[in-house]
Amino acid sequence: MKEPDANTNPPVDGSELIRFEDVTKRFGSNTVLDRLNFSVDSGKHVTLIGPSGSGKTTILRMLMTLTKPDEGTVTVDGEKLFPAPEKQLREVRKKIGMVFQQFNLFPNMSVLRNITEAPVTVLGMSKDEAEARARELLDLVGLADKAGARPTQLSGGQQQRVAIARALAMRPRVMLLDEVTSALDPELVAGVLDVLRDIARTTDITMLCVTHEMNFARDISDQVLMFDSGRIIESGPPEKIFSDPAQDRTREFLSAVL
Amino acid sequence: MTWDWNAVSDFMPQFWDGLLVTLQALALGSLISFALGLVWALLMRAPSRFVRWPVGVVTEFVRNTPLLVQLFFLFYVLPEWGVTLSALATGVIGIGLHYSTYTMQVYRAGIEAVPPGQWEAATALNLPRVRTWQVVILPQAIRRVVPALGNYVISMLKDTPMLMVITVLEMLGEARLFAQEHFQFTEPLTVIGVAFIVISYLASLLLRSLERRLVR
Repeated sequence: MKEPDANTNPPVDGSELIRFEDVTKRFGSNTVLDRLNFSVDSGKHVTLIGPSGSGKTTILRMLMTLTKPDEGTVTVDGEKLFPAPEKQLREVRKKIGMVFQQFNLFPNMSVLRNITEAPVTVLGMSKDEAEARARELLDLVGLADKAGARPTQLSGGQQQRVAIARALAMRPRVMLLDEVTSALDPELVAGVLDVLRDIARTTDITMLCVTHEMNFARDISDQVLMFDSGRIIESGPPEKIFSDPAQDRTREFLSAVL
Repeated sequence: MTWDWNAVSDFMPQFWDGLLVTLQALALGSLISFALGLVWALLMRAPSRFVRWPVGVVTEFVRNTPLLVQLFFLFYVLPEWGVTLSALATGVIGIGLHYSTYTMQVYRAGIEAVPPGQWEAATALNLPRVRTWQVVILPQAIRRVVPALGNYVISMLKDTPMLMVITVLEMLGEARLFAQEHFQFTEPLTVIGVAFIVISYLASLLLRSLERRLVR
């Protein structure tokens, strides 16, 4: 089977990029996703909100192929993810970048090498080109002077900004943001969110964002999905969800976190 | 019983020969145990149990039988199968193989101690499996296990006298030979005892500096 080439078929903004169909995931007797259906169009920014354990992170992990559904299908850019041969998964992963709650930088590498490693090994970029690009990205996230530092020498907020640069270096079409500010000291949150706002505004990258930062969600989202017990109980534009939710459960949740 | 300095100086030429052999056995045995232990540890993580199972059985067997028996086996049985090695080579292989079944467990612990987030980040960046091991997992795992590996080097040093039984003239072998020729036991045995302490101490200093450099 021939893979469609992302370069010869440029994504049409607004076309469907991600689709979950009847996806169920259980951990033991606990059903974290319960016959879930939703889709995300290319270029959209979608925020997933809801109480802990409602399955939001599992969705991102599934898209990153870190976990498999028990039932149902997940499709990215027309390609079914599970089951799929490793080769096909690698093609899909090329389109997706992920930023983790705990940053997950490689502590044995410099900041610069964290960012250049994958572009060089996976994309076959030359070292010089990758480094030039990495420096641009470090500049974008406000860490131009930290290229030679080790991740452990940086604050949590700085580490997370490096992780964002690292994900961007792979030129993903989709960015998955998994509670990227939850592990940060409060005063470091704003710096990271500003960088993400910037990216949301200036690029056409599709974003799926799990967050408890409701102001941020309101700012960047085209659509908000409210989760409870593994299902989407309400979805809509942020203005609607945040000011006039249809569900009592949503209202209850928002009043607890706002 | 009196201490005879002349016996000490008479023993010296043989002592240096023995010291050299001991250090060779230790260095090569360490290298083999470090390399082979890593191979075992990686094979034990193979997806197929047809790989894991035999490796598990063999290493369990080697770990739970005495080194002395293994040395005899390698020295007397291998030639019957047409494999002829020098006594020192046989000893080095024996000690390296024996200790590799311990270092494999050290590596395993080190690999398991690398946080799952590191694997996930490597997957998210689409790094190939082999590359993930090379540049992400093993550098972090090995850094963690240097102190534990170092302890096995010291253990191995203390097991090198066993090579005497397969005719390797390491320090104890030389001391015994000297003692039998001159009927003087105290001096050569004391000298090699001191030598063992000095080597252990120097090795531990070396390891500590290595640790400091690796753990940053």
